[in-house]
Amino acid sequence: MTPLAAPAPAGFAAGARAGLPVVLGYLSIGFAAGVVQRASGLSLAEVMLMSLLLYAGSAQFVVASMLAAASPPLAVIATVFFVNLRHLLLSAALAPWFARVPAWKNALIGAQLTDETFVVALNGLQKGVQARPAWMAGLNLSAYAAWATANLAGALAGGLVGHTRALGFDFALPAMFAALLVLQFVAQANRWRALAVTLVASALSVAVAVMIPGNWNIIIATVAGATLGAALELWTSAPTSS
Amino acid sequence: MDIRADVLLIALGAALVTVVPRVVPLVFLSRIELPRVLKVWLGYVPVAVLGALLAAELFLSGGKPVPLAANAALLAIVPAIAVAARFGSIIGAVLAGVAAMALLRALGA
Repeated sequence: MTPLAAPAPAGFAAGARAGLPVVLGYLSIGFAAGVVQRASGLSLAEVMLMSLLLYAGSAQFVVASMLAAASPPLAVIATVFFVNLRHLLLSAALAPWFARVPAWKNALIGAQLTDETFVVALNGLQKGVQARPAWMAGLNLSAYAAWATANLAGALAGGLVGHTRALGFDFALPAMFAALLVLQFVAQANRWRALAVTLVASALSVAVAVMIPGNWNIIIATVAGATLGAALELWTSAPTSS
Repeated sequence: MDIRADVLLIALGAALVTVVPRVVPLVFLSRIELPRVLKVWLGYVPVAVLGALLAAELFLSGGKPVPLAANAALLAIVPAIAVAARFGSIIGAVLAGVAAMALLRALGA
């Protein structure tokens, strides 16, 4: 990094402005998430509880889906843990930039870390924005507020529609999973490995659900699928790459 | 404003297991690299979990397999995948899937 003559503004307002693309994205996805969670049987208050405490789109879909399948709480929590474990990577990638920031401020910065805010934060930092907690707070809080507002609006709209199966609203959740899966495929370096992981995880998910009681199918299929993908990648690339 | 006890438990537990991986590296591991094996493994978690979730939604109902001949979801998911692949839009894919399912049900599927 070359020191810039005039550093980019790094206050709260500049952080909030940098978060505008995230806000726009969250307003639409968050609305859909609110509708989906209501359609899967969560009350308005429960949707907001998830939105404000959990604050993680994919994990909220997982919770909605598993609750609708009457999974035990421990299985849901364990699955969310694995789904959100990827934040380790994002947090670790940001850590060097904030090495001089007090630990309690880093804890607050990390607590609201998402895939989207991470991308915006890293992009800003690499372009010379100073790594200041106020800038991160502006980015994080605008994204958090947008997510909560959109979840609320979606939950209210979903509540108006109710559980009318005829409108197909219960299908929003699988459609969302399919869309997220497609977007993940686009982002994968090796589509064949991704396809192998998807097929194995899908087959295991159904097979385990049918054969083993207790709704552990998602977590077993996820761990097995990710292990297969990692084994394939490490095996094929072992001799040359470091 | 009703909150069921098990939903509250899940919200608190899920929030806890989510916030720990978000916070721990920033606070404690400022200068430590994650092992490569863990990075590679974590990279496959999204595809694996989404595959597992989607398959459970499409092929199961109440923990039981849905007969293939009576599975409208397998048809309705096609336009959702097509819209996501063509336009990269999550909202668009959801609308396409919901509309397709509504249409199939109207047709008596």
